[in-house]
Amino acid sequence: MLHPIDWIVMLVYLGFVVAIGFMLKRHIETSSDFFLSGRALPAWVCGLAFISANLGAQEVIGMAASGAKYGIATSHFYWIGAIPAMVFVGVFMMPFYYGSRARSVPEYLRLRFDEKTRALNAVSFAVMTIFSSGISMYAMARLIQTLHLFDAPLAKLGVSTAGVFHVSIIVSALVVLVYVFFGGLSGAIYNEVLQFFLIVAGFLPLVWLGLKTVGGWDGLKTRVPAEMTHAWMGMQHANTNPLGVEWFGLAMGLGFVLSFGYWCTDFLVVQRAMAAHNMSAARRTPLIAALPKMFFPLLVILPGIIAIGLPNMVSQPTAIYPPGTTAAQISSGAICPTTVTPGVAGVGIIPPKMNAIGEAIRDSNGKVVLDYDLAIPNMLIKFFPSGLLGLGLTALLASFMSGMAGNVTAFNTVWTYDIYQAHIRPGASDAHYLRMGRIATVAGIALSILAAYMATRFNNIMDMLQLIFAFVNAPLFATFLLGMFWKRATGHGAFVGLISGMCAAAIHHGLTLPVGAVAGIKGGWLGAQLHQYPSEMAQNFWTAIYAWSTCFVVTIIVSLMTKPREEKELAGLVYSLTPRQTEEHVAWYLRPAALGAGVLVLAAILNIIFR
Amino acid sequence: MGLDIRWPIGYMFLIMGIILAAYGLFSDATIYAQSLGMNVNLIWGAILGAFGIVMLLLARSGKKSQQKI
Repeated sequence: MLHPIDWIVMLVYLGFVVAIGFMLKRHIETSSDFFLSGRALPAWVCGLAFISANLGAQEVIGMAASGAKYGIATSHFYWIGAIPAMVFVGVFMMPFYYGSRARSVPEYLRLRFDEKTRALNAVSFAVMTIFSSGISMYAMARLIQTLHLFDAPLAKLGVSTAGVFHVSIIVSALVVLVYVFFGGLSGAIYNEVLQFFLIVAGFLPLVWLGLKTVGGWDGLKTRVPAEMTHAWMGMQHANTNPLGVEWFGLAMGLGFVLSFGYWCTDFLVVQRAMAAHNMSAARRTPLIAALPKMFFPLLVILPGIIAIGLPNMVSQPTAIYPPGTTAAQISSGAICPTTVTPGVAGVGIIPPKMNAIGEAIRDSNGKVVLDYDLAIPNMLIKFFPSGLLGLGLTALLASFMSGMAGNVTAFNTVWTYDIYQAHIRPGASDAHYLRMGRIATVAGIALSILAAYMATRFNNIMDMLQLIFAFVNAPLFATFLLGMFWKRATGHGAFVGLISGMCAAAIHHGLTLPVGAVAGIKGGWLGAQLHQYPSEMAQNFWTAIYAWSTCFVVTIIVSLMTKPREEKELAGLVYSLTPRQTEEHVAWYLRPAALGAGVLVLAAILNIIFR
Repeated sequence: MGLDIRWPIGYMFLIMGIILAAYGLFSDATIYAQSLGMNVNLIWGAILGAFGIVMLLLARSGKKSQQKI
C-alpha cells in the first residue's frame, strides 16, 4: 500500500509540471511560439524530448513485458528498430524538414508534392494521435485500477474502486490540458525532458537491485533460458528464436520499413527536432537522442528478464464461484464456491493471467498464460520501499502523461495549420490561429477522453491502432524517400502510391494469419488464408514490407506518367536540388555525419556484446 | 525559450532528493529488507539531490554567459 511519502513525491512532480506550464505562459506570443517553441530550443533539450515523446508508459511497461516474454531479443526494437533510422533522419532528412521551413510534416508534403497528399497525411495522422493519446490515458487508468494502490486514499474522498478509473482519466486529462494550454509545445517538451530524467531516476535503482539479487548479468544467464540472454541466437530461421521471425524479416520489416517509417515521418517526434534553434541543432537532435536510446534496453528490458529469473511466486488459492455471483453474496456467505483451486505458479514474479471469476487462463496447450504487463509493477513493489516506490510510480505516471501530451501537441499543430488554415479559414491573423491552437488543445483532450472510453468497450483497440500505424507509416516512408531523393516524383504519384500502399497492407493482412490466431483482428478477414506466419510479429513485419514496396513501385510508375513541377520550385526540398550542408563552423567530431557514424559503431558494439 | 529548463529540473530533483533522504533518515529500518538491506531512500535521495544541484549550477552559469552578451 502507498505511504504518505509516496504521495508527497508524486504531488511534488505534479506541482512542477503545472508550474512549468504557467511559467511558460508569458513567453507565448505568436502561433510559432505555441506550436514550434519559436524554433528556439537547444539541441540537448530537443534530443531528450525526441526520445521521451516516443517513450510513453506503454513502451516502458510493454518493453519490460516483451523482455519477460522474449528476452534480450526485444532490444532489436531499439538497436535495429530505432538507431539506424534516427541516424538517417538526422543526417539526411532534417535538412529538408528544417530547411524548407515547413511547420509540420504534412506541410512539407504540401511544399514538395501538393495539397491532396498533405490532406491525406494530415487527416490520417490527426486521427491516429487522438487514438494514441486516448489509449495512453486508458492504459494509465487501467494500471492504477489494477494495482489498487490508490484505492485506500481515494476511498476516503468517497471514490469507489470502480471510480478510481474515472478519477485517473479526469485528473490526468486536466493536468495535461493545463500545461499544454498555457505552455504550448514548450510545455510539452520541458515535461518530456523532466520525464526522461525521472525514468532514469526511477529505473536505475531497480535494475541495480534486481541484478544484485540474481548475481549480475552472468548470474541472470544461468537462471533463464539461453535464448533470453542472447539477442541473435537462432535468427537464421523463424522457428528457432523467441520472436518467431528470421533475420531478413527482422532487418527489412522492422529495421528498415517500420522503424524508418516511424522515426522519419511521424510528426510527433519530428516536431521536437523542428523546435531546435538552428539547422545544426536540428540535425543533431535525433543523434543526441540516439545515445540514451541505445542504453534504454538496459533500463526497461532488463527488469522484465530479471522478473523471470527470480524464484517463482505462487498465487493465492482461489475460490471459484458460479458465474453471476455477486460480491455481496460472497461476503455474506450466501453462496458456496464450486471449487477451491490451489494457487497457480507463474514464472518468476510474473503472475498468471486471471479471468473474471479468478481462474488462471490457459492456452490451447493447457499452459498457463502469463500476465507479462505486470513485470514492471511487480518489480517496483518487490524491491522498492516506501519513498523510492513513490519515485518509481511517479516515473510511470510521467511517461503516461508525456505520451498523452506529445500526441495532443502534434494534433493541435496539424489541425490548426494543415486542416484549419489550409482548408477551413485561410488568411486569418496569427493571433486567430494561436487562439485556434488553444481551442484545438481542449478539443483534442476531450476527443482523447472519448477514445479512452471507447477502449473500455472494444478491447482490441490497441491491436487496431498498431495495425493502422503499420498501414499508414510503412507506405509513407516510401513516399518520403522518393520525395526527398528523386526529383521526378510528382504529387499524383505520391497520392496514388500512398493509397495503394495502404490498400496493399490491408489486403496482405486480410489474407494471412499468424499461427494459432483466429481470423478477425489478427488477420485473415478477407476470407481466404493464403499464408500462415510463425508469429504475429512476422506477419506485422511482412505487411510493412509489402505496403512499402507497393507504394514505392506505384509512386514511381505514376510519377513517370504525370508532369513534374519546375525544378526551381523544388530547391531546398530535394537532395539533388539543395546545396550540401558543410557545417564548417563546427568541429569535425560534432558534425552530424561523424556523430551518426559514432552512434552506429556503438550500436554495433552493443549488438556484439549481447549476441 | 525564455525559461531555462535546468532551473525546474534542478529544483525538482533537489526537493525530491531532500524529501527522500530525510525520510530515509527517519524511517523504520525494517522496510529496507526488500531492498537488500540498503537504505535506498537515503542513498538515492542524496544522489538525486546532488544531481539537482549540478543542474542548478549549470543553469546559473548559462544565465551568466547570457548576461555577458
